[in-house]
Amino acid sequence: MPFTPVILWTDSLLWLLVAATGAYLWLCARRPHLAAPWLRVARSRAAMVSLTLLAGYGAIGLADSLHFRVALPATAASDAPAYSPQVLSLLDLALSHLRRSEETTYSAPLATRLFTLEETRLPDGRLAREYPRLRYGGAGLASEAGWGADVARRSLAGLAGAALLWLPLGALLWPLRRRAPQIPWGTAYATLGAMLALAGPAFALSLGYHVLGTDTVGQDVLYLSLKSVRTSLVIGSLTTMVMLPLGAMLGVTAGYFRGWVDDLIQYLYTTLNSIPAVLLIAAFVLMMQVYIDGHPQLFPTTAQRADVRLLLLCVILGVTSWTSLARLLRGEALKLAELEYVQAAHALSVSHLRILTRHLLPNVAHIIIISLVLDFSGLVLAEVVLSYVGVGVDPSTVSFGTMINAARLEMAREPVVWWSLSSAFGFLLVLVLAANLLADAVRDGFDPRVRVGPAALQGTAR
Amino acid sequence: MLAYILRRTLYAIPILIGVNLITFALFFVVNTPDDMARMQLGAKRVTQAEIERWKAAHGYDKPMLWNARAAGSEKLTQTVFFRKSVRLFAFDFGASEDGRNIAAEIRTRMWPSLALAIPVFVVGLALNISFALAMAFFRATYLDFWGVVLCVVMMSISTLFYIIAGQYLVAKLWDLVPISGYNTGLHAIKFLILPAAIGVASGVGAGSRWYRTLFLEEMGKDYVRTARAKGLSEGVVMFRHVLKNAMIPILTGVVVVIPLLFMGSLLMESFFGIPGLGSYTIDAIQSQDFAVVRSMVFIGSLLYILGLLLTDISYTLVDPRVRLE
Repeated sequence: MPFTPVILWTDSLLWLLVAATGAYLWLCARRPHLAAPWLRVARSRAAMVSLTLLAGYGAIGLADSLHFRVALPATAASDAPAYSPQVLSLLDLALSHLRRSEETTYSAPLATRLFTLEETRLPDGRLAREYPRLRYGGAGLASEAGWGADVARRSLAGLAGAALLWLPLGALLWPLRRRAPQIPWGTAYATLGAMLALAGPAFALSLGYHVLGTDTVGQDVLYLSLKSVRTSLVIGSLTTMVMLPLGAMLGVTAGYFRGWVDDLIQYLYTTLNSIPAVLLIAAFVLMMQVYIDGHPQLFPTTAQRADVRLLLLCVILGVTSWTSLARLLRGEALKLAELEYVQAAHALSVSHLRILTRHLLPNVAHIIIISLVLDFSGLVLAEVVLSYVGVGVDPSTVSFGTMINAARLEMAREPVVWWSLSSAFGFLLVLVLAANLLADAVRDGFDPRVRVGPAALQGTAR
Repeated sequence: MLAYILRRTLYAIPILIGVNLITFALFFVVNTPDDMARMQLGAKRVTQAEIERWKAAHGYDKPMLWNARAAGSEKLTQTVFFRKSVRLFAFDFGASEDGRNIAAEIRTRMWPSLALAIPVFVVGLALNISFALAMAFFRATYLDFWGVVLCVVMMSISTLFYIIAGQYLVAKLWDLVPISGYNTGLHAIKFLILPAAIGVASGVGAGSRWYRTLFLEEMGKDYVRTARAKGLSEGVVMFRHVLKNAMIPILTGVVVVIPLLFMGSLLMESFFGIPGLGSYTIDAIQSQDFAVVRSMVFIGSLLYILGLLLTDISYTLVDPRVRLE
């Protein structure tokens, strides 16, 4: 085999989450009462736009979650295949031209020359200070005079490629519209077109240039931005896997049993809540760092150490953020436990466990879904701040936080290096904005108050 | 009233004990003082003697919970738990790892923190409520729709962007205020005005949208319809009826953070070089000064519990239906 798969912890959990989501969607497709709120969500144009955008981000993130190590060229000395210590992902493979194209330092987007003056020796032996040509950016150009034409040609080729990909997909619109006419498929299709119109030229240009420039150590900013997507998605989604069981179980149990169980669980979350979140996370992370530093033998490669740290960060964020979900669910369970169908279940001597899982949990599911979607954007933004503070992801993990942290002094340079920060903030903004818009639509679709509620609310719930 | 406050104060004690136990477990059980010593001393090859010396100097050379060798009550007091965790209850924070008195540091650093946090809080609250009232007043119009869109976009932007962009535009490009630093007295204003403005701007999106939801929920209620039916103008309905009734949910979210203003803002203070408690905390985290982090955790939880108490008391002031018994 020319490669050996490497399964990182976050990879397997991420794919497990994808499988669970798939199973849930399959269930939704067969149960009309589960599908109804999602259809209400999908009717909103904003939701379709953000779903399409998030699908794009998700595709990047998942492509970056299939890791492997490439086989090294066989040596005569041993028969056993040797593998490179570098862990790569499918995304790295697709973007290998960007991964390898390292310059020495800053270069502006689409530039052909370095951003800083360097001393070079001219052919006749004299020393001159000039902006040297890049190793990768515009290397294919015979003369820099052809730069404009080359960029235009590549952009048009990229656009043409995107159109070739996009137009055939339009054939799908017709059957989709027939199946679910109430969903604005056209909006999703148009969004996809806009995304491809950006991605196509960007990819075509990336074959010859640094589309978003390079950072201080000469790495391609576009490549770093795309790699950051996975970290954000992992933080936003895996954290909920910790938060959800804790919050749902403890919240519903507290509301259902009351008495000392309720007191105990309330005490637990008041105590956790009363510690300022950043400090609690910082304390956790500092301790984790001491542990990881003290036990290097447990983590053979940098990638594995960084991965465990990312996973633990998710666990920590989950432990500090389940309290609000638990409080919401406790309140709801207190109300539900009084209702006739729960009383009837009691009268029929249904066990506590069965009442909790069959009668209470399905009836608070809308709250769980709303708060999961709502929390996603908050967690993605939290990662950025935590990484800035120094208690976020491992410094070797590429994330929006580490990118911004590394670039935060660039605005003070003269002339200003603006591309790293703008790219990180731009990718981040689109992701968080899409998540927030989707969260709004999900809340409107799932919250029963919006439908039966007062007219004032209905008028504004677009 | 007094009895209620007393009872709530007593209720805070088990919570503080819980906080204390959690931090103790985090700082001392997960990692032994030996690990910490090795980390502080930095070097990879540290001899056991050096570690022992560090532990003795910082008071970590005692047993964790129970000192069997000591006599009498000292069995309990001559322990790491008592000396490092229980003493926090008496506001005895001890010294930071570099030997400075933490309590004295906190006393001098709280003023810059408050000078930044209070204006941000007051102006931000006023601005958020005004925007939310305006959006609720023009509900279901284009003004409201685009207002909400603007709010969602503003809350989707990372706080770091506001800080970096604001610092670049206002301080560097337009040269209106110094980029960072601090001064005492009235000279502090020119250092504080930009971080305060950025602090307000970064909170406006989420804040106004939240208050708008509160106002709209309130406006769907029957008493609002009654008020309109008896011919009151929309302005009177908004300010005299809706705003007053919405005070209860507003207070729930607002009063609890008032004591926490004292803790300062981590990001603002570290970006703008303001020597407050926020930058103190961030420095402690970055230099892994566990004594300071522990003290700040304790103070933070104390202030949060104080905030919960104040919230309950404030209900009685705005809502005559609530009686504390």
